[in-house]
Amino acid sequence: MLAKYLFGQTGMTISGATIFFVLIVSGSMFWNTMGTNIKSGVSRLPKTSQTTIRILFFALLAYVALGLPQVSGPFIAQVIVIISLYILMGLGLNITLGFAGLLDLGFVAFYAVGAYTVGLLTSYGEYGLQHIPFWVAVPIAVLVAMAFGAFLGLPVLGVRGDYLAIATLGFGEIVRLLAGSDFLAPFFGGPRGIIGIQKPCLGPLGEFLKIDVPRVCNGIELGKPQDIYYIAVVSALFIAFVAWRLRESRLGRAWMAIREDEDVAEALGVNLIQTKLLAYMLGAAFAGLGGAIFTVLVGSIFASSMQLIVSINVVALIVVGGMGSIPGVVVGAIALIGLPELLREVSEFRFLIYGIALIAVMLVKPEGLWPSQVAIRELHHEDSSSLVEEAES
Amino acid sequence: MTNILTANKVTKRFGGLVAVNTVDFEIPDKSIVSIIGPNGAGKTTFFNCITGFGKADEGEITFEGTAIHNLRPDQISRLGISRTYQNIRLFADMSALENILIGQHIFLHSSWISSVIRTPKMVKEEKGALQEAQRLLDFVGLRGKGDLLARNLPYGAQRRLEIARALATRPKLLLLDEPSAGMNPRETEDLTAFIRRLRDELGITILLIEHHMRVVMGISENITVLDYGEKIAEGTPSEIQSNPRVIEAYLGRGAANEGMATAQARHSNSKRAD
Repeated sequence: MLAKYLFGQTGMTISGATIFFVLIVSGSMFWNTMGTNIKSGVSRLPKTSQTTIRILFFALLAYVALGLPQVSGPFIAQVIVIISLYILMGLGLNITLGFAGLLDLGFVAFYAVGAYTVGLLTSYGEYGLQHIPFWVAVPIAVLVAMAFGAFLGLPVLGVRGDYLAIATLGFGEIVRLLAGSDFLAPFFGGPRGIIGIQKPCLGPLGEFLKIDVPRVCNGIELGKPQDIYYIAVVSALFIAFVAWRLRESRLGRAWMAIREDEDVAEALGVNLIQTKLLAYMLGAAFAGLGGAIFTVLVGSIFASSMQLIVSINVVALIVVGGMGSIPGVVVGAIALIGLPELLREVSEFRFLIYGIALIAVMLVKPEGLWPSQVAIRELHHEDSSSLVEEAES
Repeated sequence: MTNILTANKVTKRFGGLVAVNTVDFEIPDKSIVSIIGPNGAGKTTFFNCITGFGKADEGEITFEGTAIHNLRPDQISRLGISRTYQNIRLFADMSALENILIGQHIFLHSSWISSVIRTPKMVKEEKGALQEAQRLLDFVGLRGKGDLLARNLPYGAQRRLEIARALATRPKLLLLDEPSAGMNPRETEDLTAFIRRLRDELGITILLIEHHMRVVMGISENITVLDYGEKIAEGTPSEIQSNPRVIEAYLGRGAANEGMATAQARHSNSKRAD
């Protein structure tokens, strides 16, 4: 009942959007006025109850996350899946662009590689090569995307800055055009795409391992957006964790050194070829996973959905969220992908709102909505350097 | 004494300009040697040839018997050559500690997968690297500044951090490109003592480019003078001070002829020191 009131067939109703908007604004106002009080109140509590509160908070969060798709219905679940897929791509590009400073405007290519790999390996349609289960196809898709990352990264190793952006832009277009071309149609279906992609199945292991014959899922078929939701959200969480661990590692530091000053990094012993290739490969792997999940969400792939705008959206969500910041990717994806999806009902205006929001964020918060610590210091370094001087004097 | 580095007829051209012209050069092991010369004499270009930034067009450079003129900068740094830069090139938006950790990159071996899993070996390695970074920070007198962004450090501290980062690669040969630039007389004196400590305590061979004559004459055992890319003199500080070609290069022909060179050279040096 409630869900019907809030969401129409294709998105939020006007009344739903209004209620949403009021809730968000009042929530953020509440947090602005009371947030510090609550935080300091919690930090004054003894250690054990602090942990209890934290556990309770995360338990509540997990409960909401688990139950959400069952309550909200397919539409909201699908929006969250799409946000999660953009988070996956965002985390991937955050490695190449945010950490290593290598601007890639053809990032959709890796998404396409992941999607086509799963499609070809699992489809029952005429282009399906195998009918292996989704769970086996996904790791293969991730590996293929990684190989593609290295393959596309190799020729542009020596290319820097703006030139790199243009070169990678070309890659994105090449992949899309090849996948949709008549020339390769016998393999990729050309403009007709790949259809009949089987849904993931949670079933007995024996069924998992049969690869040749079309199978009926004897277990639970994860076909609805509400089911894919769990795959997408868990993947996004897992990849965010991996990205965080990578940033805190030797490799992460080497990436950031390359971003700051490539020549000096090399003079300190950082192997540029290896380090840059790893940035391309891991970034591509994350995007490939996103593409793989996208395939089973939609059940078909068309080259026409691998548009340049996808790449641009990923760059935009990183910039809006905060370059190099992992929570920034999440916030950016929700703001730039989630909101326009929710606002489909007022579709004529949504890209207008989107554009205005982009400009506004860049004017008001150039470091992004949830910047990394470094970016905060960087963009306000005049304040902090005066702090240092004060501390020294 | 054996030579740690030997350059044989090194030439580097930029288009029609010969920046370094058939220079022979030797650095005895565990010595402090300097390259001086007027602006644009090719000193930094020669540095770049040694560290692999710009490949020499002709000639050979060997370091401890290994030919290095065809190696990449990262390979050369692995052999034990490290450097600082004329215009400080720190990783400005990384913390002081992170800057030094990058310097240790070649001694850390954890793969990205073990970093994601945080294997005990990787955790131990990181811990060791962090301790080493703290130790180097203390060594250059930046204790407690580890969490500050490099860009927010005062000028003198940035210079010292750059040396700490270079030391993190555990070099056998350290190239310092105008380390005293922009320093006041007291800081310059500290620096001179510090460079001597590097050699005496750590046994690092030092190659210096420097304009401060007081620093150069004070600590160098050997000085090479470049002018228009060519080596015009080589010798101990006192030999260089009285070499007419050097005086000519620095002060012009007239001064050399008038024989007032030494006095004027001192005068101009004390001016620079101010």
